[in-house]
Amino acid sequence: MAAAAVAQPVVPHGPVSRLRWGLADTLVIARRSLLRVPRQPELLLGFTIQPVMFVLLFRYVFGGAIQTPGVSYVDFLLPGILVQSIAFGGTVTGIGITEDLQKGLTDRFRSLPMARSAVLAGRTVADIVTNWFQLVVMLLVGYLVGFRFSTSVGEVIAGLALVTLVGFAFSWLSAFIAMGVKTVEAAQQASFIWLFPLTFVSSAFVPPETMPEPLKTFATDINPFTLWVDSLRHLFVGTPIDDQLWLGLIWALGIVVVFAPLAVWRYKRVATR
Amino acid sequence: MMSGQGETTILTEGLRKSYGDVRALDGVDLEVSHGTVFGLLGPNGAGKTTCVRILTTLLAPDGGRAAVAGLDVVRDATVLRTRIGLAGQYAAVDENLTGFENLEMIGRLYHLGAAGSRQRARELLDRFELSDAGDRVAKTYSGGMRRRLDLAGALVARPPVLFLDEPTTGLDPRSRLGMWAMINELVGEGTTVLLTTQYLEEADYLADQIAVIDHGRVIAEGTSDELKDRFGGEVVEVVLGETADRTGALDALAPMADGPSEPECEGRTVRVPVRARAGVVVDAVRRLDEAAIELEDVNLRRPTLDDVFLSLTGHVAEEPSSEEQAEAEAS
Repeated sequence: MAAAAVAQPVVPHGPVSRLRWGLADTLVIARRSLLRVPRQPELLLGFTIQPVMFVLLFRYVFGGAIQTPGVSYVDFLLPGILVQSIAFGGTVTGIGITEDLQKGLTDRFRSLPMARSAVLAGRTVADIVTNWFQLVVMLLVGYLVGFRFSTSVGEVIAGLALVTLVGFAFSWLSAFIAMGVKTVEAAQQASFIWLFPLTFVSSAFVPPETMPEPLKTFATDINPFTLWVDSLRHLFVGTPIDDQLWLGLIWALGIVVVFAPLAVWRYKRVATR
Repeated sequence: MMSGQGETTILTEGLRKSYGDVRALDGVDLEVSHGTVFGLLGPNGAGKTTCVRILTTLLAPDGGRAAVAGLDVVRDATVLRTRIGLAGQYAAVDENLTGFENLEMIGRLYHLGAAGSRQRARELLDRFELSDAGDRVAKTYSGGMRRRLDLAGALVARPPVLFLDEPTTGLDPRSRLGMWAMINELVGEGTTVLLTTQYLEEADYLADQIAVIDHGRVIAEGTSDELKDRFGGEVVEVVLGETADRTGALDALAPMADGPSEPECEGRTVRVPVRARAGVVVDAVRRLDEAAIELEDVNLRRPTLDDVFLSLTGHVAEEPSSEEQAEAEAS
């Protein structure tokens, strides 16, 4: 055998080359995760159809009965549904990670001299792209049912950046959850069970002032979804806010800062069986 | 740096690992020489996979130590990962990538470079007869093809030590023979192989040295011939006619017996342990014929894992894994 044709693998030395290798590994994994999107379209479609149905349902069925001061219901609704669907979209990350665990791919990756964090980072980065796909579809549907931006281009871009960050945060959260469960279905359930009530008991679909106590207090003072939805609504249609934007940013960054290391830590220890 | 023939490539001392109350490994000592095939033989749940997971740095042992290619599996894990390949019973391929993309990705993760990774992927597809399927998504592959792709993945970085966790479990006989041939070829090139298996036949065919493992402990070790001599060689099995004299048959066949256990009669079947040699079937027929005892069938049964286990532990090697039980219950 001519062993000289391929270089023997080495490991990086020093923090700089380790970081460079980690980034390279992250890109390889991100590319791999994106390649599967067109080959497994049902997964992404599933996560896009549901929010589209929600848009139609709330715009045309419930919307007429909901009073929103100072703004039309469709303008009120769309930022809320965008935040909700981006949070649910994070589940895609968890499902992918559970699949890798089940199929033994995680063992393969862990037996390679690659950066430990790259397997998760690559996937969460790739899922930013799939989240954008979802965003575009939602905005198109929103436009068709009458949603219009009423702010500057800069504010709209800032809004899109905020939703992206929230999506990234939920990808890490979902990655962390996924490594604690055994099946893909469980990974899905583990997120839905608390995301569903959390997104509804917020300012996403109705003004929280109309809710009874203690839901009202929870929605206005505690639930970070209200912060994100209020901020996005402000950046897209110009509704007034106080400090929701900064608090919302802190929440989203906080989730990344807490759950990214936790997820990587869990990944290092997790065993397929 | 490079080890030569006769040197120890894999060494474990008192390796222990528990999952809660279950002792998966309870003090395992192994020594595998460079360029040889070592077979870890045992039933489901014996601790084989745990052992492989520790040796491939996937799992940290609770106690004892293990070194592969002179590198400690815990302390030198990162460097060790560049020297080992792992392929297993759960063919670790990304179903949504093509065969080529799977191998190329692994090359990139070994940092073989873009061109190097592509070249290596093509070489391996060629070698494992997957070139024609190389551009197809692995979802469309047969079980045997996935297993070959998985093995190819383990070989991307030309590792000097290869771990194969039940490499042929679930394969059809033809794919199994193909896998055996590939493993033999690799060993011919100087690769040290540790493989786990539930099949005595497989260990017999591939392994230079075998350790039998049960409940996390090595209960016997030696070459295949040594084990069979010690714990159950060939058995001549005679099915007597309905009215045949069973004691007479036992008496007639007893002089042939040569093995660890006594001839026995169970129903109409008489079992006589013999050393592997030609002519025993004819001999048995002749002896019964001389004693005028009618027989229906006679055959030479090769020892199975069950036989080895029975003589080693007194219990049969059947301990279905939790997955198998779950599967059985589901169906």
